[in-house]
Amino acid sequence: MAYSDKVVDHYNNPRNVGTLDKSSEDVGTGLVGAPECGDVMRLQIKVNPETQVIEDAKFKTFGCGSAIASSSLATEWVKGKTIDEALAISNTDIVKELALPPVKIHCSVLAEDVIRAAIGDWKKKNGVETEAAAPAAAAH
Amino acid sequence: MSTVAATVAAPKGVKLPIYMDNHATTPLDPRVLEAMMPYFTTVFGNAASRNHSFGWEAEQAVENAREQVAKLIGASAKEIIFTSGATESNNLAIKGIAEMYRERGNHIITQVTEHKATLDTCKKLEKQGYRVTYLPVKADGLIDIEDLKRAIDDKTILVSIMYANNEIGVIQPIEEIGKLCHEKGVLFHSDGVQAVGKIPVNVIKDNIDVLSLSGHKIYGPKGVGALYVRRRNPRVQISEQINGGGHERGMRSGTLNVPGIVGLGKACEIAGQEMEEESKRLTSLRDHLKQKLESALDYVHVNGNMEHHLPGNLNMSFVYVEGESLLMGINEIAVSSGSACTSATLEPSYVLKALGLGDDVAHSSIRFGLGRFNTIEEVDYVADKLIDVVQKLRELSPLYEMVKEGIDLSKIEWAAH
Repeated sequence: MAYSDKVVDHYNNPRNVGTLDKSSEDVGTGLVGAPECGDVMRLQIKVNPETQVIEDAKFKTFGCGSAIASSSLATEWVKGKTIDEALAISNTDIVKELALPPVKIHCSVLAEDVIRAAIGDWKKKNGVETEAAAPAAAAH
Repeated sequence: MSTVAATVAAPKGVKLPIYMDNHATTPLDPRVLEAMMPYFTTVFGNAASRNHSFGWEAEQAVENAREQVAKLIGASAKEIIFTSGATESNNLAIKGIAEMYRERGNHIITQVTEHKATLDTCKKLEKQGYRVTYLPVKADGLIDIEDLKRAIDDKTILVSIMYANNEIGVIQPIEEIGKLCHEKGVLFHSDGVQAVGKIPVNVIKDNIDVLSLSGHKIYGPKGVGALYVRRRNPRVQISEQINGGGHERGMRSGTLNVPGIVGLGKACEIAGQEMEEESKRLTSLRDHLKQKLESALDYVHVNGNMEHHLPGNLNMSFVYVEGESLLMGINEIAVSSGSACTSATLEPSYVLKALGLGDDVAHSSIRFGLGRFNTIEEVDYVADKLIDVVQKLRELSPLYEMVKEGIDLSKIEWAAH
């Protein structure tokens, strides 16, 4: 399979790889996917409680090149956005940006899910009103 | 930030890309090509032309090749039928026997880790009223002979068990299976594609009645294969699947692919002469690769029984790293993965699943197929490169981090998608 240059670039130089302190109040953690399905994404966001701006984002992904690229791109896109702005990111934006082929669309769906899961976790921690966030995997 | 690809440079003398997928196909040996060349141009006759020298020369070349193929597997030349490849050979063997022995019974026994050429053929026969038993394999990939014993009943006409597996390289207890089949009066077909030319195969000693083999897996050309059909003790009859002209004693009509057949014959001859030395060399390369990977990386898992194993095969899972992303990082090395993402069906390898491996381990597997033209320098480079990429992808893997923290991944309720 031929990968787009952008997928290859994210794969070779993944942005914002790492781990934030999941016990911290201002960190939201999302973990989606399953090892059996061949992809698991974890996204962590550090949110400013005053402004609700995502000040930092880190990811780790087990999955194919497109899954790695989708989550790497997600960290770039959420950084500097408010949580409401971040929630507006859709999987179709990711598909477009990375030129993902149809068989890899599920990678972009997963990336959208993980953004929602991380934000949902942060909202829960901080008692912020939640509307229909994707369920975070029961990670700990 | 770390860069996943391209930090281990190829040493001098190693030319990229490296081909290490010799179970899929092999390059043509230059000696085979040389033997084939005249039969494309000057000696172009139809082997079935009986009334002129062009035909006689072609026929002579075909008969010579028939001897060469027969010699490699301990058969006689009259027992060799040329086909277009092993998929055709498997189809001809299984359908041909099923049809011919329909009066005697309708039960066929095979196993779950066969090649699709066998499994799909059996599935088709099931639709036509045949009963097929798919034997399971043990965790090491071998069948349990007791399972086979229990499966044979008075309606069983055929047992089809491959000699060596194309993914995990395990060699089945063929001699024992053949002996049991003969005791029970059941025909025994074996798909010998990965074994013939790589390890000693002898249809008499192994009690094989029908054996499939292919040219392009043994440094011969694509588009040519053969089927051994036993003529004595017992005499096996096969109902032809292609009609028109009665070539190959009526079992396989169609003008013979003379250059291909010459190539197959030559490839068999070379394999017979060089097998002993070549298998020693490939086993040592394989063990070197395995040892290097195992000593540098944790959570690696070797798939399949390593004692009864093809010389050039190594199937390893690099747990917590997904196979396709691994292949992407070693894009100048041609190997295969059991990962779903590399297959058209999005299902991980059914062979690895049959061993009882979880989908997650199957997704992480790489099949190395070492062959005649691989060198120790290439093996070293492949190992170094792979170690580098696995380590980098594990830095990226949330699973690896969790396991390192002592979290039991099986206890997590993963959100399915």
